[in-house]
Amino acid sequence: MGAVLETSGLTRNFGAIMAVDDVSFELRSGELLALIGPNGAGKSTCFNMLMGQLKPTKGRVKLGGEDITGLSPRQVWRKGVGRTFQITSTYSSMTVVENVQMSLLSHHGEILRFLPYATRQYREEALSLLALVNMADQADRHCAVLAYGDLKRMELAIALAHDPKVLLMDEPTAGMAPKERVALMKLTADIVRRKGVSVLFTEHDMDVVFAHSHRIMVLNRGALIAEGTAEDIRNNTTVREVYLGGGTIFADQGGAAHA
Amino acid sequence: MEFFVAQILTGLANASSLFLVACGLSLIFGVTRIVNFAHGSLYMIGAYTGYSLMQVLPGAVGFWGAIVVAGLVVGLVGLLIEILVLRPVYRAPELFQLVATFGVILVIQDLALMIWGPEDLLGPRAPGLRGVVRIMGEPIPKYDIALLIITPFVAVALWYLITKTRLGVLVRAATQDREMVGALGVNQSWLFTGVFALGSALAGLGGALQLPKGGADLLMDFNILAPVFVVVVIGGMGSLPGAYLAAIIISVLNVFGVSYLPQSTLVLMFVVMIVVLMIRPYGLFGREEVAGEHGQVGEPERPIKPASNTVRMVVAAGLLVLALLPLYGSHFSLVLITDVLIFCLFAASLHFLLGTGGLVSFGHAAYYGGGAYVAALLVTHVDSQMELAFLLAPFGAGLAALSIGWVCLRLTGVYFAMLTLAFAQLIWSLVFQWGDFTGGDDGLVNIWPAQWLKDTTVYFYFTLVIATSGILILRHVAHSPFGYALRAARDSERQAEATGIDTRKVRLLAFGFAGFMGGLAGALFVFSKGSVFPNELEIARSFDALIVVFLGGVKTLAGGVVGAGFFKGIEELLIRFEYWRLLMGLLIIFVVIAAPDGVVGSLRKGMERVGLRRVEDQ
Repeated sequence: MGAVLETSGLTRNFGAIMAVDDVSFELRSGELLALIGPNGAGKSTCFNMLMGQLKPTKGRVKLGGEDITGLSPRQVWRKGVGRTFQITSTYSSMTVVENVQMSLLSHHGEILRFLPYATRQYREEALSLLALVNMADQADRHCAVLAYGDLKRMELAIALAHDPKVLLMDEPTAGMAPKERVALMKLTADIVRRKGVSVLFTEHDMDVVFAHSHRIMVLNRGALIAEGTAEDIRNNTTVREVYLGGGTIFADQGGAAHA
Repeated sequence: MEFFVAQILTGLANASSLFLVACGLSLIFGVTRIVNFAHGSLYMIGAYTGYSLMQVLPGAVGFWGAIVVAGLVVGLVGLLIEILVLRPVYRAPELFQLVATFGVILVIQDLALMIWGPEDLLGPRAPGLRGVVRIMGEPIPKYDIALLIITPFVAVALWYLITKTRLGVLVRAATQDREMVGALGVNQSWLFTGVFALGSALAGLGGALQLPKGGADLLMDFNILAPVFVVVVIGGMGSLPGAYLAAIIISVLNVFGVSYLPQSTLVLMFVVMIVVLMIRPYGLFGREEVAGEHGQVGEPERPIKPASNTVRMVVAAGLLVLALLPLYGSHFSLVLITDVLIFCLFAASLHFLLGTGGLVSFGHAAYYGGGAYVAALLVTHVDSQMELAFLLAPFGAGLAALSIGWVCLRLTGVYFAMLTLAFAQLIWSLVFQWGDFTGGDDGLVNIWPAQWLKDTTVYFYFTLVIATSGILILRHVAHSPFGYALRAARDSERQAEATGIDTRKVRLLAFGFAGFMGGLAGALFVFSKGSVFPNELEIARSFDALIVVFLGGVKTLAGGVVGAGFFKGIEELLIRFEYWRLLMGLLIIFVVIAAPDGVVGSLRKGMERVGLRRVEDQ
């Protein structure tokens, strides 16, 4: 399996604060890679640099071998990287299906057309994307009235609209009920398998992380301190000390995830 | 050198009342987020009240007492305005309150006319301060010296109030985070009322204090509005030191402008503002507005749909009724409907920016008047044919909008709005002061349509076709991918950018397109009247459109046109009465309070409530 997305020496400081310090990793094809770490570890900063919302102070980001460091979010998206946000951000004045259609219109380069009715463009394609995330029955609802879990699934459909090679998901299950979390990640894992997308995600819920990721990276104070399978991470003493502060709680949680 | 010092002293003296008015406005905006258009009116009441009091109160004590009492009276007026007019609409969509303050302007204009009459009042001299003092040989009025001394005291007193007292702590806290202050148990409504009253009192003081220098007249409300907004924006919204510094800069600059560049005094102020905002986008002491902090409040806009067949039939029937007007209407009604149609197109073009784009332009008259002037200048200077001038006018306006939009789109929110206002004023002052080319105050006349359009009825049909097409095109574009992209950029810029939409490009094009349509309305206007004057470019004209769009309903597609048709129609009827402004102002305030979703939005809700319209998925 080759690397789809690769960083080398990625660094970003805000004044004297090193938010991300010399982070190098690779996301392999078809992989679900988790990036975990305590609050303030630099996960979101890292994400924002991958997607172009932030420019790195140092270091490079490569997508399929091509250097995409410093490109704008727009350009990164065009290269085939999709993203979902920690706090959903949707077009609240549109229906569910129109939200997905927007992304399709942009993908097909039809944003600047004045003539056709937007609601009639790529509707079928958008509906099948919604079917993929089990949202087809809500397609014509006003997205401002959706439940949070449904919004998250809609966002996933939007992120998949341009057939991305890589999907970046910043805390995909944040703010959801425990049951919904597992369901959403299961759905994501399914889609990844079927569509061959590679996913990098951050997450606070260890159940979700241990149950679904192929590989886990741990970030602390901006630096990568461990990397490996769920088993490796669970047994890694540094991670226990630094990230999980102790070990008894962690052992319990690990056990729960296993059960 | 002597002259130089004298100029600076005069500038500083002029700055004093400007500072008082501006810091009142700044305080009000900082805490309540209300863009108070009526601030100039409060200043005017201060001047008139001060004048009347000075007539009855004797001597120096009476003079200074009158100024203080005028401030208190205006504070009380502000208190009443806040409680009666603004409180009911705090929960309305962002900036909706400014419509209410516009209604207040109209009411106060007519009340002042009723009480004090139409003549300009010459302010009394301050007892004991009638002469001049010679400083380095230059005569400086004693009253200027007094102002020079008083202003720092007032500024320090305000500074003390804001930094050392409990009220000040609350005000500063509210300026930074209103919700947090509310969450900590502070009664926000009384804080808002208090700050509004204080800000009003300062405006009143400013008005009374400038009496010996300027007197009182009925135009002073709008005249002070532009400089005050400039001062507040340059200083940074909500910042008192900023307002002080900016007031001094503008006043001193103005004094020097009068001596050295008398043709460009008006332009100068706006050039300074534009330069400052280019370098420091949030003013000298302003704080960057956190994105989303003041985003769309209230409920989100509903999804839009292409018009149903029923709606199409109703619109077609309405158009048919209009098209048959020459058969049953009078000559006067033809002229009136022509005016209304032109105004509807103008408002619809602004609505496209404001509603669909979420871009609050305070200077849309620049493109309307701009289009009119492009056509008029072509006819006057190169003897262009009417058809060609008519065709080129919207392109000229669109081009102007593109270049202005290119600069303004670097900013967001209120600063964006203010910058569009500044550019509109810049164009207005250019036209006003460049008399050789534009005719200045005398305008451009003899701009008549081509022979085949001379007849009123024919021109009515011409307007009907062009304006209706323009409005339908604007509406259709809102439904097109471009219109959707514009809404996407408004709803969530982050998401739009993260899915490949160039939001800046989309917005810029929207700005140009709206300018084009505004210019089209301007072209229709100039050939219907045969002349154009600078007041088509004025703030008041921009506000006209802004008000009807808000009143019609920003969050509904038909809001602009319906608002324009409704209110322009009513205005044409009311204008025959002596105190039509009072009636219009009261009507506006009534609509603002009774229908905070605008006419169309509130009608829709009302119909849903009584079951005439299906409630959509709530």
